Amino acid sequence: MPQKKLSVRIDGELISALEGQTILQAARANGKRIPTLCDLEGLTPVGACRLCIVEISGTDRLFPACTTPVQDGMSVTTVSPKLTQYRRVSLELLFVERNHTCSVCVSNGHCELQAMATEMGVSTVRFAYNYPKLDVDLSHPRYVLDQNRCILCTRCVRVCAELEGAHVWEVTSRGIHSRIVGDLNQKWGDAKGCTSCGKCVQACPTGALAEKGWAVEEMVKKNDNISSLVRRRGVQA
Amino acid sequence: MKKVKVATVWLDGCSGCHMSLLDMDAAIISLAQKIELVYGPLVDAQEFPEDVDVTLVEGAVSSQDDLNKLKKIRQRTRLLISLGDCAVTGNVPAMRNSIPVQRLLQQVYVEGVQANKIIPTDGVPALLKQARPLREFVKVDMCLPGCPPPAKAISSVIAELLDGRKREGTLAVKFG
Ligand code: SF4
Ligand code: SF4
Ligand code: SF4
Ligand code: FES
Repeated sequence: MPQKKLSVRIDGELISALEGQTILQAARANGKRIPTLCDLEGLTPVGACRLCIVEISGTDRLFPACTTPVQDGMSVTTVSPKLTQYRRVSLELLFVERNHTCSVCVSNGHCELQAMATEMGVSTVRFAYNYPKLDVDLSHPRYVLDQNRCILCTRCVRVCAELEGAHVWEVTSRGIHSRIVGDLNQKWGDAKGCTSCGKCVQACPTGALAEKGWAVEEMVKKNDNISSLVRRRGVQA
Repeated sequence: MKKVKVATVWLDGCSGCHMSLLDMDAAIISLAQKIELVYGPLVDAQEFPEDVDVTLVEGAVSSQDDLNKLKKIRQRTRLLISLGDCAVTGNVPAMRNSIPVQRLLQQVYVEGVQANKIIPTDGVPALLKQARPLREFVKVDMCLPGCPPPAKAISSVIAELLDGRKREGTLAVKFG
């Protein structure tokens, strides 16, 4: 059955969307960009980072564009002072939660968190830094997991499960104690399920997952490869 | 025209921000005509002056001495600018923050060396439990992140302040 066509307004402009699409998908299909961080084209959206929040006419609540389906007649606002304010707060909270010492990070200059902060005009945070003591897992022969830089976007979890089919990563604990762990909380090097494909590393938006052997500023991720792989294989998120 | 009184201060940082400040090429000459550098590592003054227009502070607050200085600077400055990542986020100095101070000193000055195994106390200020950004202790009027902030960003901020403008948030400086 062909998908039903819906008309939706995005920032005042009338566009046509397909039933079942999310606001983000409809926006992208019409060449409109909404800021995102946890979303990676081709992976199931989870709504973890709240960067993609939008306003919808008729309600005071904000909705994540990556997980909210479009409805006929919906009018969506993607840019407003209120949204920028909330997006900034989300970013600031990510920065204070762990230890982002960009000056010594492999991803410095190529990091999606950093780029988003710059885009939103963040020049400082208004909360006290948490400075937690966190692990760096160096046990895998080729890759590193540095918890200090993880923003819990779960792209690694999703790409490993949905694309590689290896299901190595998951999230343990809750709230501020949440951590990405491999193979039921083993060292990555001991995770028998890992095929060393490197997809999680390429999908990770920050310096949390990186290849070994790179110095500061040298790790450039190729997450476009992930999305194009999904397209070529015709995997349906 | 009365010259604007500018001070620069070096707390727990590597002096890289001051290097960047000096790295603004010809801009520094035109700037020098409009400002009077009244205090900082680049001039002789011993005591922080009473009535400063703009103070740029490099470095995190890591010791009681840093904190005392910062409080005095705040009282005597109209516009306080956090200069660079250490002042803005804690950056590298803050990497010690999850290690207890005694443990840290022991590791560095006793276990980490072959000879002279002594934790220095003479003439060095006691460390605070953690190195933290300026903003967590005093009101900061503007933040200029970067490790170091590019010379261009520093000179344009100063130039704007001299013109009586302040436009935090629209600076195209990388955060973090
Ligand atoms: S992951 Fe990004 S934000 Fe975090 S330290 Fe590295 S470059 Fe900075
Ligand atoms: S390298 Fe591949 S298999 Fe191993 S954890 Fe990452 S995505 Fe999964
Ligand atoms: S390791 Fe990277 S991809 Fe995985 S949750 Fe953390 S930031 Fe996201
Ligand atoms: S991109 Fe939608 S919540 Fe992260």
